[in-house]
Amino acid sequence: MDPQHILLLIMTLPFLGSFAAAFIPTRARTQATMLAGLIALFCAGAIGGLYPLIANGQVLVSTTPWLPSLDLNLTFRLSGVSWLFSMLVLLMGALVILYARYYMSPEDPVPRFFAFLMAFMGSMLGVILSGNLVQIVFFWELTSLFSFLLIGYWHHNQSARDGARMSLIVTGAGGICLLLGFLLLGHIAGGYSLDRVLASGEAIRSSPLYLPTLLLILIGAFTKSAQFPFHFWLPHAMAAPTPVSAYLHSATMVKAGVFILILLWPVLSGTDAWYFTVAPIGLATLLIGAWVAIFQQDLKGLLAYSTISHLGLIVLLLGLGSPLAAVAAIFHTVNHATFKASLFMAAGIIDHETGTRDIRKLGGLYRFMPITATLAMVAAAAMAGVPLLNGFLSKEMFLAEVLEKHSGTILDQMLPWLATLASAFAVLYSVRFIHQVFFAPPPEPLPHEPHEAPPWMRLPIEILVLACLVIGIFPAITIGPFLATAVQDMLGPRTPDYSLAIWHGFNRPLLLSLLALVGGVSLYALFGKRLNAVKTSPVVGRLKARRTFEAVIEHIVDGAGQLHKWAGTARLQPQLRALVVIALAASVLPFWLFGYSVGSKPLTPLDPVFAIFWAIGGASAIAAAWLAKFHRLAALILVGVAGLVTCLSFVWLSAPDLAVTQLVVEIVTTVLLLLGLRWLPKRRPDIWPEKHMPVRVAARRGADLVIAIIAGLCMSLAAYAVMSRPLTDSIGSFFTQNAYSKGGGTNIVNVILVDFRAFDTLGEITVLAIVAITVFSLLRRFRPAADSIKTPEQQRVQNEFDRAHASRDVGDTLADYLMIPRTVIEWMFPVVVTFAIYLLLRGHDLPGGGFAAGIVMSIAIILQYMASGTRHVEDRLMIMPLRWIGFGLLAATLTGAAAWLFGYPLLTTYFRYIELPVIGTMPVASALLFDIGVFSVVVGATILVLIALAHQSIRTPRAARATETQAGGEAG
Amino acid sequence: MEIIMALAIGVLTGSGVWLLLRPRTFQLVIGLALLSYAVNLFILAMGRLRVGAPPILTKGAAVDPAAYTDPLPQALVLTAIVISFATTALMLVVLLASRGLTNTDHVDGEEDQP
Repeated sequence: MDPQHILLLIMTLPFLGSFAAAFIPTRARTQATMLAGLIALFCAGAIGGLYPLIANGQVLVSTTPWLPSLDLNLTFRLSGVSWLFSMLVLLMGALVILYARYYMSPEDPVPRFFAFLMAFMGSMLGVILSGNLVQIVFFWELTSLFSFLLIGYWHHNQSARDGARMSLIVTGAGGICLLLGFLLLGHIAGGYSLDRVLASGEAIRSSPLYLPTLLLILIGAFTKSAQFPFHFWLPHAMAAPTPVSAYLHSATMVKAGVFILILLWPVLSGTDAWYFTVAPIGLATLLIGAWVAIFQQDLKGLLAYSTISHLGLIVLLLGLGSPLAAVAAIFHTVNHATFKASLFMAAGIIDHETGTRDIRKLGGLYRFMPITATLAMVAAAAMAGVPLLNGFLSKEMFLAEVLEKHSGTILDQMLPWLATLASAFAVLYSVRFIHQVFFAPPPEPLPHEPHEAPPWMRLPIEILVLACLVIGIFPAITIGPFLATAVQDMLGPRTPDYSLAIWHGFNRPLLLSLLALVGGVSLYALFGKRLNAVKTSPVVGRLKARRTFEAVIEHIVDGAGQLHKWAGTARLQPQLRALVVIALAASVLPFWLFGYSVGSKPLTPLDPVFAIFWAIGGASAIAAAWLAKFHRLAALILVGVAGLVTCLSFVWLSAPDLAVTQLVVEIVTTVLLLLGLRWLPKRRPDIWPEKHMPVRVAARRGADLVIAIIAGLCMSLAAYAVMSRPLTDSIGSFFTQNAYSKGGGTNIVNVILVDFRAFDTLGEITVLAIVAITVFSLLRRFRPAADSIKTPEQQRVQNEFDRAHASRDVGDTLADYLMIPRTVIEWMFPVVVTFAIYLLLRGHDLPGGGFAAGIVMSIAIILQYMASGTRHVEDRLMIMPLRWIGFGLLAATLTGAAAWLFGYPLLTTYFRYIELPVIGTMPVASALLFDIGVFSVVVGATILVLIALAHQSIRTPRAARATETQAGGEAG
Repeated sequence: MEIIMALAIGVLTGSGVWLLLRPRTFQLVIGLALLSYAVNLFILAMGRLRVGAPPILTKGAAVDPAAYTDPLPQALVLTAIVISFATTALMLVVLLASRGLTNTDHVDGEEDQP
């Protein structure tokens, strides 16, 4: 398998696994764990196997073209940096999955948890491995989404729901900014592929759009990586199950922002704007996070703020802009993931065993769980930056960097002190964590007697803590090569010399480190006891980021409500009026701007008959508009007249196909509307209370009349302006030239529909099918209004007559009624059906085709319904419209798809002429099969609508009876 | 011919829009039908008016596109006719359902309160 395919496989497996996990029974948590764990390990192995290529400096790119012209392709790209990050995601994922197996309670729907977790893993890999900006944003949003689902996993819990919502809103809003920033970036670079962007760093930094681009991307990265002032969502995300906190909210997802900064560091950094936005934000986050962490009483809260602080540290390093700082940033990202994830897992075990996460209630746990305690101590020491552990190494690099000159401003002088202060805070909260939880005597007995966690649950922590130690003691031979590959990939020729040794001599960074250690420990010794009494963190606690967020959200919701009240309406009439006016304004605007002129094309000679036709047609249209309110039947007939004149115009203007279709559609529409008329209320002429029309109504009608006249006038003028200009070269001539030679049909319109533009037609019949099914389901539950339920007058008279004569049963007259037309129509049935088939078969060469034929076919059936009544027809004729629709859609789709079998694109048609005895030469094209599909859908859809309408009258008596019985019951 | 055609389109549009703005559902259905005639004729007119040049080829003969009317607007209109049939049917049913549910045929689902 070549590396490109391996990349695709790695990208698909987690999502497939997620899909599969969704179908695992709710209680089968071991199976779900196996599935998820094996996938994570397999992907890690596969990525690991690609390392030799990456170590050579090669960049693996797998591109699947999608919209190459817009530089939008499905691209996956594996380079040194993304190798390191994806390994981190996968290995950490495997450990978290193992841990989660023991952490999750058997009562929880564990497979769902793993489904989300794997989907998250896939999305995170997507962010890391995407080689296209837009694609990165896509996966970025997916990580936000799955983070939302995972935080809200215990959705019965109010704080889980709130935390999930908050994180989604913050990171989602950031995602939008990131998208905008990336679009600008792609615009400047001239393409969205990462390679192109990375190659045009100079152009990007000197572009006038650089600053907005930078700020938007930074907002995206800072929201995701919980930088001040967007940090507040992370502590609330701690309502998630602990494995999620360990995985998403310390090791991986919150590193996505950092990853973006690292990825674009070569392109965006190196400017003042970069330094003065990224470095101060990172510094502020570092300090605030560490400060607030000291005062946390919740174990996970402490770790969350510590995470914020460490993310701030990494961002600060990236902000400094020097290559050495960038190395330290990558290194610390890895280190932080190892020690922080193990601490979260330890916190989870403590929570699990004691039933509380409140630091004040915990104490003396070392006695009960020495192994976990030792592991947590080592990890916390790494967090504090104690020598011989990995956290110490990257912290040393950090301190060495802050001592360097970067900008020559006051920030340079302050940085060493502030960094040392933050480190001292880190020592302080680490010591507090260890001492308070494991050694201090508990103030009151624990909720229940804790035990050591099961060995398998401890294993992930053991592995991670071992990593902390091994990296901390032998950095050069463990993490060294991988780090070097990543750094080489990120910095290229700017790769600095750096050394990953524990001992660099007694230098200034070491001094600062020792200062921080001593300071932190002595601060705890001095103030440690008092920390338990603190309710909120001093100074920073006043900021109340969460309350601000809630207030902002509330205002947005309120504002939307106000806006809706002010600008919106639930009434359709004003909405429609606004729609018409806006459309009208939009179409008038070009004339307003560019003037109106008539073209020079000589007019077609006027035929007086045509003019007379339209005199009639126009008059009936206006009359229909006039009468539609009180004289519905008359209006319907008048519309029919206008339709017929339209149809004649089609004949006149060389459009026989349209004429045929228009004619048959006209018939069916009229019949359907006639069926509908029965259920409309009786209209009485307006009787106004004051005997004359109120001013309000008159004004509304007047305004509508003006709008209508303007609309008509505009359409006339526009149509005339176009018609009086000669036709420029249209793609129509292509169809004319190729209809016969390439499509095998002489009826160009039909060839366009079933061959050239068959995909449109496929979409259209799908719409038709959807409409029919919608109609069907709407009318299934339909109950007519009370005043329409009564049997029609004619039937009442007929039934009276039957009752009056002893020799007749009720319904006899109705059955005999229309006897002669009925007989005629029954005899006509085969004739009409034959005509429909004729239209269908000749459609490719002569006017006709699937649409017209389908409607003629349904007319044949409608006629039966009209003449014989619903019950009579359905006793004799089995019509299953849904099957017609299904068959038609299948036939059309399969005909189209069959082209694939022969290696052609979808909907390519095949044709030839065959000689048949008696009938003669007949065109046989696969387009005919397609047209049969169209035919079948049209028949099915039309009949479905018809039956739905016709059945109302059968159902009504039942409804009426039900009302009567009910009334009777109430009376009795 | 062009003038008549333009007037026809205008009159159909005007009547259709007037009905579209009326409060009763049946008026709306009729209005939509009129409007769809207008739009279909308008699309056809975009290919200019040709009399006696239907887009049906003769087999075997050399093809001169100028001898035929533009087939493209016709294909569009054919689709439009079918779709407007579907919308009319859907409209009709929504009208009936709304009438059954709300006891009125006002488009807003409730009578105007004077």
